[in-house]
Amino acid sequence: MIEVTQLEKRFGALQVLRGLDLNIGSGRVTAVVGPNGAGKTTLIKIILGLTRADSGSIYIDGKSIDADDDYRSRIGYMPQIGRFPENLSALDLMALLRDLRGAEGSVDEELVDRLRLGGELRKPIRTLSGGTRQKVNAVLALLFRPDILILDEPTVGLDPISSGIVKDKILAERGAGRTVVLTSHIMSDLEELADDVAFLADGQIRYAGTLFDLKRITRQNNLERAVAAMMTWEKAA
Amino acid sequence: MKTAMKVARYEGSNVLRSRWMLVYTLFFLAASYGLLRFAGSGTKALLSLMSVVLFLVPLVTVVYGTVYLYGAREFTELLLAQPVKRWQLYTGLYLGLTVPLSLGLAAGVSLPFVLNGFDEPALAGTLAVLVLAGVALTSVFTALAFLIALRYDDRLRGLGAAIGLWLVLSLVYDGLVLFLIATFGDYPLERAVLALTLANPVDLARVMLLLRFDISALMGYTGAVFQRFFGGASGAALAAVILGIWMAAPIALGQRAFRRKDF
Repeated sequence: MIEVTQLEKRFGALQVLRGLDLNIGSGRVTAVVGPNGAGKTTLIKIILGLTRADSGSIYIDGKSIDADDDYRSRIGYMPQIGRFPENLSALDLMALLRDLRGAEGSVDEELVDRLRLGGELRKPIRTLSGGTRQKVNAVLALLFRPDILILDEPTVGLDPISSGIVKDKILAERGAGRTVVLTSHIMSDLEELADDVAFLADGQIRYAGTLFDLKRITRQNNLERAVAAMMTWEKAA
Repeated sequence: MKTAMKVARYEGSNVLRSRWMLVYTLFFLAASYGLLRFAGSGTKALLSLMSVVLFLVPLVTVVYGTVYLYGAREFTELLLAQPVKRWQLYTGLYLGLTVPLSLGLAAGVSLPFVLNGFDEPALAGTLAVLVLAGVALTSVFTALAFLIALRYDDRLRGLGAAIGLWLVLSLVYDGLVLFLIATFGDYPLERAVLALTLANPVDLARVMLLLRFDISALMGYTGAVFQRFFGGASGAALAAVILGIWMAAPIALGQRAFRRKDF
């Protein structure tokens, strides 16, 4: 489980996170949603250690992430934009990450086969299309069978078939007991994948619970309308 | 350090395979070959080559380094999300840029001389000093590129800062020194000019090289003061120490900025 307590972060004059509390359940898919500028990216970057919180703490299975950097070997991160060194190949990147993580044994190359990337792995990244880079991005996040997956807009730029393959893979990972944290602007994707929803506004969690309950509370029958309802209440408040 | 070396190896091979790297190396190769061909003597060719190196190495290094780091921003974030320490990543990225740029410069400048053979025995030593000065400037200006890219999130401002810094250190600074000399020419300025020279890495490299060519007589009384200073063991040592500080300080500051940065 990932426990976030009283997280505060300020960038200059802008207070991005205001005492954010959140529990992310193990073996579940949690969608982080909210209006632009609500602090979704900042939250994810603090969990990854890319950004440091001003105060507050994050525990993964009871252990503070400030203790050491090794917790990141349990995380697979898929950034929003897959931009890689232009002259390296996907195979080079896989080897580099394997070296850095000290990963041993077999890796999960299921996506390579299913996305038919076999022929593209040896080509320099600069010759690959945007969609293919995004596929490489997904492969890299899942390669080392991490317990925790943090996926920032995983289906952006993918064609419907590839997007479906990636989503099936995410559900299969959840089935294997992995914890998934997801952001996306495509609400129908989140609806398909998420067990839980964390709704962020103004640097705080305004709702955290199951997708089912969110729809019940807002009396809407899909996530898009439920989130829209939350945002409308947010404005009225 | 092992982790840093792994990062350096992959980053370095990415830089080595880039088209810019090829252009950079070929340019120095052509300049070196051409000057050697048409300058008459090896010493004259080296003297002209020195001007090219002192002018271009800081410019190309600081601009290429800044642009490269902005382009690598997303990938740097992906690497930071791996179980690595920030100092390891910084060291790896820094070496991955500095080593290929230094290799390209060294190969381009020295290959034509090595193939041609050295017509004077002192030439090899002077060539070595020129290459070393080029490598020192490469490492100073790569570190400055890191400082700029970490300081400004906006690429355009970063690029502006990189070019501005080069303009100041390579052109404006010398202009100011000349202005100072012209204005206060009646006063004994040698020590002040000496201090100003030590305070700018490009000037420091230039003076150290010029003194190797034994043409300090052309620099008048100031040249004589420089000759006495840099010619003596303590002066030369001081110059080397200051060039070392010029390499170490921006690297350490960049390291600190990298460790504290919110990506």
